[in-house]
Amino acid sequence: MSAEKEPLFSSKNIKLLTGPLNDSNPITVQVLGICSALAVTVKVKPAFVMALSVLVVMAVSNVVISLLRKTVPPRIRIIVQLVVIAAMVILVDQVLKAFLYDISKQLSVFVGLIITNCIIMGRLEAFALSNKPWQSFLDGVGNAAGYGVILIIVAFFRELLGSGTVWGFKVIPESVYDFGYENNGLMILPPMALIVVGVIIWVQRAKNKKLVESN
Amino acid sequence: MRSYSNTYIFIFSSIMVIIVAALLSVAAMTLQPFQKKNVEINKKQNILTSINIESSAKNAEELYEKYILEIFAINTKGEKQEGVDAFKIDMKKELAKPLNERNLPVFISSLEGTKQYIIPVYGKGLWGPIWGYVALKDDLSTILGATFSHKGETPGLGAEIDTKDFQSRFLEKEIFNEQGKFVSVSILKAGAANPDSKYEIDGISGGTITSVGVDAMLKDCLSSYETYFKNIKN
Repeated sequence: MSAEKEPLFSSKNIKLLTGPLNDSNPITVQVLGICSALAVTVKVKPAFVMALSVLVVMAVSNVVISLLRKTVPPRIRIIVQLVVIAAMVILVDQVLKAFLYDISKQLSVFVGLIITNCIIMGRLEAFALSNKPWQSFLDGVGNAAGYGVILIIVAFFRELLGSGTVWGFKVIPESVYDFGYENNGLMILPPMALIVVGVIIWVQRAKNKKLVESN
Repeated sequence: MRSYSNTYIFIFSSIMVIIVAALLSVAAMTLQPFQKKNVEINKKQNILTSINIESSAKNAEELYEKYILEIFAINTKGEKQEGVDAFKIDMKKELAKPLNERNLPVFISSLEGTKQYIIPVYGKGLWGPIWGYVALKDDLSTILGATFSHKGETPGLGAEIDTKDFQSRFLEKEIFNEQGKFVSVSILKAGAANPDSKYEIDGISGGTITSVGVDAMLKDCLSSYETYFKNIKN
């Protein structure tokens, strides 16, 4: 190993991992991947599995593309990226069907639609094609985590208010219902996911002033 | 930017596609037994739900062995068919065949010393297929339980057919009237059903097309078994 080799977790590399959690969050700052964020966040458990699936797909395809980056002809690079992503998504889908059948039924088409998740293509194109595998891996994990965190926060509120449960466990006691409390059916429908995402964006920008556009 | 020749591009893409194809086929082959097993367990759970037995993915097989006594296929004349694996029958394919060529599965279960007849049903909802199981008591008319599933009905409206609330409306309803004529259970507009009637129930308001689909599904599928039921009764 050469002496000037960067340490595995240099501050620059750590930034790749933590940046997407806040300053460049794929959902709340770049507003990518909204479609699946609306669809799979009715309950926490499927949202968690979805986040995990995206993490695997993203980390692996980032590394694969990064390894191939010097051999991929630029003219067909988008096709190459798609093939890699599609292959990973099919693998994940097959594994879910084999080992997490119930959740795979709930996620239904949305696992397949990870292929069209713009976060993944975006990172491959913008980062993996011009960076080393380790950095690309971190970037993939970071962005997927940024996506997953939002997914889980949204799902937490939607499940809590919409079904009175978290991760399938009842958390709102029966006595509250006796007083006339009712689950909010609207929370289960996609429009509320959009509003919850909006609230998260608002809270994030209120705390992090540099994200606020100045014009 | 380095330029690449067409030959290079062709070779690159061919190799890539072949590697990916090989990888995916291997994965599909190795995972297939697990996936088949899951589908089977899911089906068993549905069948158990129709006779009001709660099961989880873990104990479904065991409970199924315990309660389901017999599975066989009949034709529309009510005669048992030999050499057909009734559990594997795909209702969609059978319903596409002409009446007299259909193989119709019957699941017989035993609860507290009485026999139940479980009949699979399959039909169309608003957006896609709907299916389920109807369990009849040993008088072959009274419904002991019903369970329905759907591919993609509208959440909150048509999709309500897979809830306990809707399914429990079928309990104690009858599919043959007092004169012994097949009438099925009619699903009417929400609120229109006479609560004293044994042959009608309320549909789902806002889920009219799905409700009509369930109604048609019951009439279509159960009527194929009419002769079989009459043969047993006589």
